Amino acid sequence: MRITLDKPIAYTAIIALSLVMLFPFTWMLSSSLKPFSEIFAGNSFLPEQPTLANYQSLFEQNNAVLKLWNSFYIAAAATAISVFLCALGGYAFAKFRFPGRGLLFSLMLASMALPFAVVMVPLFVMMRNVFHWIDTPWPLIIPGAANAFGIFFMRQYMLSVPDEMLDAARVDGASEFRIFWRIVLPTSVPGLISLSIIFFMSSWNNFLWPLAILHSDSMQTVPVMLNSLQGPPGRTAFDVLMAGSVVSVLPMLVIFLILQRRLVAGITSGAIKG
Amino acid sequence: MIRDISQDLGFTRTRPRWRRELWRHRWPLLFISPFFVLFAVFNVYPIGFSFWLSLHDWPGLGPMDFVGLTNYAELGRDSIFWSSMLNALILFFIYVPLMTFLAVVIAAVLNSRFLKLQGLWRTLIFVPNITSMVAAGYTFRLILDKDSGALNHALAILHVSAVPWLDDVWWARISLGLLMIWAWLGYNTVLMLGGLQTIPPELVEAAKVDGATAIQAFWRITVPLLRPMILFAVTISIIGTFSMFTEPYILTRGGPIRATETPVFQIFNTTFQDLRFGYAAAESYVYFAIIVAITLFQFWGLSRRDPVN
Repeated sequence: MRITLDKPIAYTAIIALSLVMLFPFTWMLSSSLKPFSEIFAGNSFLPEQPTLANYQSLFEQNNAVLKLWNSFYIAAAATAISVFLCALGGYAFAKFRFPGRGLLFSLMLASMALPFAVVMVPLFVMMRNVFHWIDTPWPLIIPGAANAFGIFFMRQYMLSVPDEMLDAARVDGASEFRIFWRIVLPTSVPGLISLSIIFFMSSWNNFLWPLAILHSDSMQTVPVMLNSLQGPPGRTAFDVLMAGSVVSVLPMLVIFLILQRRLVAGITSGAIKG
Repeated sequence: MIRDISQDLGFTRTRPRWRRELWRHRWPLLFISPFFVLFAVFNVYPIGFSFWLSLHDWPGLGPMDFVGLTNYAELGRDSIFWSSMLNALILFFIYVPLMTFLAVVIAAVLNSRFLKLQGLWRTLIFVPNITSMVAAGYTFRLILDKDSGALNHALAILHVSAVPWLDDVWWARISLGLLMIWAWLGYNTVLMLGGLQTIPPELVEAAKVDGATAIQAFWRITVPLLRPMILFAVTISIIGTFSMFTEPYILTRGGPIRATETPVFQIFNTTFQDLRFGYAAAESYVYFAIIVAITLFQFWGLSRRDPVN
């Protein structure tokens, strides 16, 4: 009797929760198809006069293709460089014994607790006065190129690469970099994919640092563009904003639905420390 | 040892010991060097530079005005900065306990395979986490709008009068908490699911055979064994709450009357609106010290109450 009663309650709860989680997405999509006046009339869930005018305005007046491209190439470059350097570092910590290894590893782990905001102000000054990188993509690619989380993550993954395989290659006279490139990387593909998704998504959705760095309209990434659509108080162009929000969420949604197993595996193995 | 010294003094043509060691381990050292070089240039150096900056008055351009510890003295009396710290603390208590509790419960239910389609539910709960917080923040602003928002429309059908979600000090904080729970519940659930997979299911089964109800088994077995993961998740949430920027910047613009301004929000405004770089650097330092203190305190507190000891 108890079991027959528990299950419907549990199903009701989980379905209700899922609907709550999905509701903002559906509202975003439906609002993006509504004319401005209808968004604030707020009478119906579905648009009464569906229109693509918001998307048209987004792409024609706000140059959204360029901003999508900016977001994409910055995220792609940052991901490629970071994943490569993290794999290299992770491999060294997983498979080599060298003096100072424990100390360097602890130092690296401790650096993970450093919030970005602590270095934001001096880093901004450096980017402007020393590197002259304001309004360029470099500050979004280089400073985070080899990060502690990624190295730790790849180390956990590469601990399971069999030593015999590496030693056999050494006996055959392969150089250390060649071993990394031809043996270690190919056997770590699932881990590389997990880390790539995590890096790509965090770069794509990043807001604070791009907001500080990217000033001119043509350099904006998608989140910075959305912020600039805000306008003065009370004049926010919510119609175009919702179209822009859909455009910014959609690519991540597609990546997530295809590769979610790898992303979830990445989050879990990053948290369960070895 | 003696031979090594003679080598160091250059009596033989072999390189000194430390250089030989370096050469012997050149590959791993080379492989980890990108991290440590970037860490030195973009973390260690800025932290030092930041201290020097915090001793100056500087609008970001032109000559820097040395003022000693004046910025820190002013910061001690700066009620806006300290209320941003308090806001973060309040926000933490508004959403983190509830979110963590829900994450443990949902993970326990999903893990028990009590429900079918486990993967589907996990996906649906997780999906907000991949969303741009700028996009989500604007959408929440529409949904939570006092006059035309979907939520108040729905409440009106239930004859509940309009709630000032974004226009009242406490409701705005709750709204921010709702956005955070929406965005991070799935992430925390996935963490807890990972933790649960390290617990042998026989333990819970054995307790049930001994007559424990599902709820007793949950509190007496699942929760204590999940303690390390809960500690990890709460620590992440603390740092996340104090580092929150995009959510209040988009959803509430820090308002009403600064009730949802967070420390990072303050640092950002001090830097890019007030153009007080030295003062912002001092704020960053105090902010960092407080985060470190809270994290250490929390580890200490939770490890002390460990029921196993």
